[in-house]
Amino acid sequence: MDVELRPKLVGQRIKRFEDPRLLTGAGRFVDDITPPGTLFLAFRRSDHPHALIKSIDLGSALSVPGVVAVFDATDIENDLRPAIPSSRMKGYYATPLWPLARGKVRYVGEPVLAVAAESRYAAEDALDRIQIDYESLPFANRAEDAVADGAPLLHEDAGTNAIVVRSFGRGDVDAAFAGAAFSVGATFRLRRKTPVAIENRCYLAEWDKRRSALTLHSSTNIPGVIRDVLSDCLDLPGNRLRVIAPDVGGSFGSKGSLYPEEMLVAVLARKLQRPIKWTSDRLEDLASTSQAFDEIMQAELAVDADGRLLGLKADVIGDIGAYSIYPWTGALEPVQVVSFMPGPYRLENYQARVRGVVTPKAPTGPYRGVGRPAATFAMERLIDMAARRLGLDPAEMRRRNLITAPEFPYRSASGIIWDRSGFQECLQAACDKANYDSLLRKRDEARAEGRWVGIGFASYAELTGIGSRISVAPGMPINTGTETATIRIDATGSITAAFGIASHGQGLETTLAQVIADELGCRIEDIEIQHGDSALVPMGTGTYASRSAVLGGGAATLSARVVRTKVLKAAAHLMELPVDKLVAHNGIVSAPGSNQSITFKEIANAVYAQMGRIPHNAREDLVASETYDPYFGTATSATHLAMIEIDTGTYGVTVTRYVVAEDCGRVINPMIVDGQVQGAVAQGIGVALLEEVIHDDDGQIVTASLADYLIPIAGTMPPIGIVHVETVLPPTQGGFRGMGEGGTIGAPAAIANAVSDALSAMGIEITTLPITPDRIFQLITQQGSLPQ
Amino acid sequence: MAKTYVSATINGESAEFLCETQQTLLDVLRDVIGLTGSKEGCGSGDCGACSVIVDDRLVCSCLMLGVEAEGKSITTIEGIANGDTLHPIQQKFLEYAALQCGFCTPGLIVATKALLDENPNPTETEARYWLAGNLCRCTGYDKVIRAVMDVAADMRGEKVA
Ligand code: FES
Ligand code: FES
Repeated sequence: MDVELRPKLVGQRIKRFEDPRLLTGAGRFVDDITPPGTLFLAFRRSDHPHALIKSIDLGSALSVPGVVAVFDATDIENDLRPAIPSSRMKGYYATPLWPLARGKVRYVGEPVLAVAAESRYAAEDALDRIQIDYESLPFANRAEDAVADGAPLLHEDAGTNAIVVRSFGRGDVDAAFAGAAFSVGATFRLRRKTPVAIENRCYLAEWDKRRSALTLHSSTNIPGVIRDVLSDCLDLPGNRLRVIAPDVGGSFGSKGSLYPEEMLVAVLARKLQRPIKWTSDRLEDLASTSQAFDEIMQAELAVDADGRLLGLKADVIGDIGAYSIYPWTGALEPVQVVSFMPGPYRLENYQARVRGVVTPKAPTGPYRGVGRPAATFAMERLIDMAARRLGLDPAEMRRRNLITAPEFPYRSASGIIWDRSGFQECLQAACDKANYDSLLRKRDEARAEGRWVGIGFASYAELTGIGSRISVAPGMPINTGTETATIRIDATGSITAAFGIASHGQGLETTLAQVIADELGCRIEDIEIQHGDSALVPMGTGTYASRSAVLGGGAATLSARVVRTKVLKAAAHLMELPVDKLVAHNGIVSAPGSNQSITFKEIANAVYAQMGRIPHNAREDLVASETYDPYFGTATSATHLAMIEIDTGTYGVTVTRYVVAEDCGRVINPMIVDGQVQGAVAQGIGVALLEEVIHDDDGQIVTASLADYLIPIAGTMPPIGIVHVETVLPPTQGGFRGMGEGGTIGAPAAIANAVSDALSAMGIEITTLPITPDRIFQLITQQGSLPQ
Repeated sequence: MAKTYVSATINGESAEFLCETQQTLLDVLRDVIGLTGSKEGCGSGDCGACSVIVDDRLVCSCLMLGVEAEGKSITTIEGIANGDTLHPIQQKFLEYAALQCGFCTPGLIVATKALLDENPNPTETEARYWLAGNLCRCTGYDKVIRAVMDVAADMRGEKVA
């Protein structure tokens, strides 16, 4: 068989290599590792939203058996430098990050002091014996108050609570609105979310006295970034500081930032010269892990009589919490909201302002979708509101405005460049897959019976696999645009491929092996993928922003090709045949048309172990380390279609049908892509219907357990139908687009549109998420249209 | 602090251990016995990551004390496979890639085992609500439910189309 015709592994449903260990309880997460002599930390956290720390009385804390020491900020002042989440953005204020509050607390849940003890039980018992006296300070709890003149300042040095301010514009928005047939607008509100990875955050630091070196095991998805920043904070060179992310139990962005507790375990391991471990409990997670999606978006869309989009105005306030997070900064989420609001549409005129405002709440950070769930919610609601005004089918409304094939590459009104992706094709595929016409009939029949049934669309595009031209976070001075793969065949013929990425559920140990096996021509079972360890490559950041399949896959391809060339050259010497007559497949090099062949194992043995088999001046180690930079990113696009029913008695919303049509370029492993989409849609359904971090007027967090902060459960999740649309392959190496986040971007908008459709007879438009039964009840009573 | 002597059966073998009276069964399994497969996701009975089977009942081991294990028979995730041979439930999860980060997975496998021990022929709705106490943030449950329905049919000796 011709090599080109042999089945490739890319594109196949290869079973995940990660799974045997995870299925049997043999996974190794940070909390599963406890070296002898480990001390456990417990934190006393602020119970005030904004207050001065007047005094700390340790009481009898130190006399609890097993307690070794208690630390507050003054005890470690000289042991580190703070981390500064800097940015090139003008007018931005970077809040320094310290492990423990210094004199002042700024949110309920902020770490104030830490107890180190021989067991977590002892450490927690000691916490209860400590008395902290605070002097309360005034605070503005809501972002709209915090941004007002004269609001109490959280960071006096900043001189304002609006630490991020930016404006965007293109074209003549006023003229567009003046010339429009009509405009639709509203103030949209996405309530604060928290990512809730099922594994809580956990850190374990060990000091190696012999080498004066620190190893930090961290449940992080950015081990490279953490290594680099701690190197500065602790003044340790990178070769004496190693950050390992072993199995990590989900992140969704929540484990993609530097945390105070992470800094402190590192500081104390060096200070006490003992292993130090901290494992978050769920209460601490809900109070202190980075939160997300807290925006107020005033937006208005001008449309002509045919439904064509003419202009868009947006004014966004992002509640970024008490600190600007490292490394992404508080600009990450709110600035992306305005960058992505024009969506996948043809739209010439746009004007937007965004303000990121500090409030006394846990810092916000990256969460699956970043900015785009909010932007898509606002824009897709406007599209449907306009369609309703025109009496136009929402699918047709989108068809008229989605960018069409000849228009690519298209520069969006906010300056994003969309490469060709299936914007129109996904809309059509979603309609076909769901059988839209028959769904409409079913909806109308149900309505005739007095049921509240609705259908909603959401179309969006996102930039994935972003290269070095722009930073993943606006103005962030860290290179997020390159990825290195080091591949080596050792003397036994086995293959090791090391990356800077950090898989935490994405199945990259499988997909990257598929890519390498195809490119190198080896057997997939001979490959070990290494990742999640800062020592593997000179510079690596981690896995985030739907980058790892694109950048990791690209680097894997480049390195594998170099190694394959070396393998073939060695084989040519051994087989005494010209290189261009040889092919590598499934771990065997052969010469088609002859019966000569040699295995990778034999080649490796000849190269490394047998002197003289290969001429000494032609002998090369079978290794390569190549770096891939896609420079630009590539557009992943999708349309979601949701059908919902509202219980007319309880106002509970049930999702009855859900379809996603997405263009993620070449699919490496359909089973893995399906899982990414389904999981992300579930999170989006949570955003739409369930999830809301609630702070009361005193700044206390009300949703402090998983019985109060509800996430989707098996009982209420619909099956999710998926269509993979592959239009043209993007110019990325391998033709991959990123697919980690999209589900969460589309689902909130699609469901908000479906609920609005179900309630359209009452003139109700959904503007706030989540859509809880209580909110539906309020909307219906306000409308005065409570049906009998 | 004085420790309490406990004797129980763990994964079919008799086990004796010393634990403090306030230690949860989950902490005993993980920290005293070294069976780290059971996970803590909440410590308050809300997530199911710590699921174990105690005398045929599905239990959140974070809500049970180690000393309460006295005389009981406990099955953890480490006791589900038969040596190196995966249990059919594990095998089916593997075929469907019904896991991503794998942190909730030990709990889901144990809970599925308890479901099928009690009800070998669940409807999809029954399976979904039985597993409603096992939170998974990665999969959206779709592949999990399909794997459970499929393995249930296999274990009944039926072929599913
Ligand atoms: S850890 Fe026991 S239910 Fe969550
Ligand atoms: S696989 Fe990650 S929580 Fe279920």
